[in-house]
Amino acid sequence: MNARLEVTKTYKMYVNGAFPRSESGRSLPVESVDGKHIGHICHASRKDLRDAVGAARGAVNGWKARAAYNRGQILYRMAEMLEGKGEEFAQAIKQSTGDDLRSARKEVIASVDRLISFAGWADKFAQVLGCNNSVAGPYYNFTVPEGTGVCVVVAPDEPCLLGMISLMAPALCGGCTVICVGSEAHPIPTSILGEVCQTSDVPKGVINLLTGQRAELLTWIAEHRGIDAIHAANLEHDEARQLRLGAQENVKRVRVRTIDDDAWFETEECESPWWIEPFVEMKTIWHPSSA
Amino acid sequence: MRSISVDRVMADQRAASFTKRSIKTSMKESGLRLALSMVDLTTLEGKDSPEKVKSLCRKAITPDINDPTLPSVAAVCVYPELVTIAKDALGDSGVKVASVATGFPSGQYPLDVRLEDTRRAVEAGADEIDMVISRGSFLAGDRTKVFDEIASIKDACGKAHLKVILETGELETYDLVRAASDLSIAAGADFIKTSTGKVAPAATMGVTLVMLEAVRDHYLKTGRHIGVKPAGGIRKAKQSLHYLVMVKETVGDDWLTPDLFRFGASGLANDVLMQLGKLREGHYMAAYDFSEA
Repeated sequence: MNARLEVTKTYKMYVNGAFPRSESGRSLPVESVDGKHIGHICHASRKDLRDAVGAARGAVNGWKARAAYNRGQILYRMAEMLEGKGEEFAQAIKQSTGDDLRSARKEVIASVDRLISFAGWADKFAQVLGCNNSVAGPYYNFTVPEGTGVCVVVAPDEPCLLGMISLMAPALCGGCTVICVGSEAHPIPTSILGEVCQTSDVPKGVINLLTGQRAELLTWIAEHRGIDAIHAANLEHDEARQLRLGAQENVKRVRVRTIDDDAWFETEECESPWWIEPFVEMKTIWHPSSA
Repeated sequence: MRSISVDRVMADQRAASFTKRSIKTSMKESGLRLALSMVDLTTLEGKDSPEKVKSLCRKAITPDINDPTLPSVAAVCVYPELVTIAKDALGDSGVKVASVATGFPSGQYPLDVRLEDTRRAVEAGADEIDMVISRGSFLAGDRTKVFDEIASIKDACGKAHLKVILETGELETYDLVRAASDLSIAAGADFIKTSTGKVAPAATMGVTLVMLEAVRDHYLKTGRHIGVKPAGGIRKAKQSLHYLVMVKETVGDDWLTPDLFRFGASGLANDVLMQLGKLREGHYMAAYDFSEA
């Protein structure tokens, strides 16, 4: 009897609740750290980015309008699904990065915990970032945060899963919809994360995941007028500058962080509500306090 | 009238072939400008108000204030009650006023009511009348009645151009679309139009191809040009280019003018403007850069 052929996964992107290949038809080979061919991933084009922005824009009002508690539930559900696929993620990280399985699993667990942390923040950060202002008159005066809109996450190469989750979760928690350009060096976890989103009641368009080459997309991200915010980490100096320059086009909120490998695991640093703050706008409301 | 049978599989295949062309840079820009000039900017909702129509008319004349070189759209399409408002707002801009009439969108009213609806719209200043056929009568086989209705509404239009809406989404087969097209043309239609936009599916490439072929055959037989207007469901600039390719390769360059080909759409113009903005500025635009109406 012939040996059974392994059924390997076709790694696709995740856009608008579906799993498309790149509209350009392009793909990129992915190799393990020891040079073994692992598979191909989609090589996203600027038009894939454009389509993802369209999807994210279409989803933003619905996501913002959901009860904060419900956004938290959905992020928690993502954590549950991520935990369930934990071994697949760990193997993918190990294969691509060369990390041992133990550290790959540690990264997966930290990613699950990070989602749970921001799931918890979803209906609480408004109490921390917002306030009740004292005014001279018979009024209540509140300042409340609302999601900025469409946020692009440019994930660091490493840690490929934890970095991506850490940058996405605060924006999602704050009410933004997200387009994530996953790790260029280790893209397969980005592709698998789409399967987590699809089974977590994430409304279509709220999370969109692209794989490919960062340099090709950065200018288009920076200058796209339909993008309201950018959350990135550990970019080269020129890449960060490019993103910041583009912000002048439509006054984007651009936050480019520099975070050491170990620091990604520090909960005090990376699970702070101040990570949500760059992706919300403050709205002040006056309300009569008596008839 | 002898009916012509249409091979649905082949028609759909041929229609799909028009979506495979690569149209880039300057060709894309001129295609998009042409598509913009063919748009019937449409608002057909119960909540339409004079202010919304005035706003739509301003957009019709100057689609994008950031680019004064862009053409105006072909027409503004409204309910009869709002024709006067649109006429005043458009003035001598050259943009036409199209009014739906004849008991839009169902057409399920007595003929005298539908004729009166038409006369009033024309008296109010409509340059074009978009009528609906009685699909019920047509499907019941009473084609003479439908023919007579179209002919009498054409009379009531006077100088106004008559667009006959077939509502292809309710006609079930391409054979019936072709038969309704031939019937409408014979009864005096200046334009044949796919849909009201109130029934799904609205315009599709396949249905529009069948109608273009009816128009082509009529031209070859009589030398008379009849216009075609796909309406409903065309929202993307890229789709409009697909349609233009289909027009060019089915009926020829004569039809690449707003006088003979229109897009009935409410959302298409903004997507065309977004793409033209991208070509002009070199980066992607946001939907909120363009007014809704």
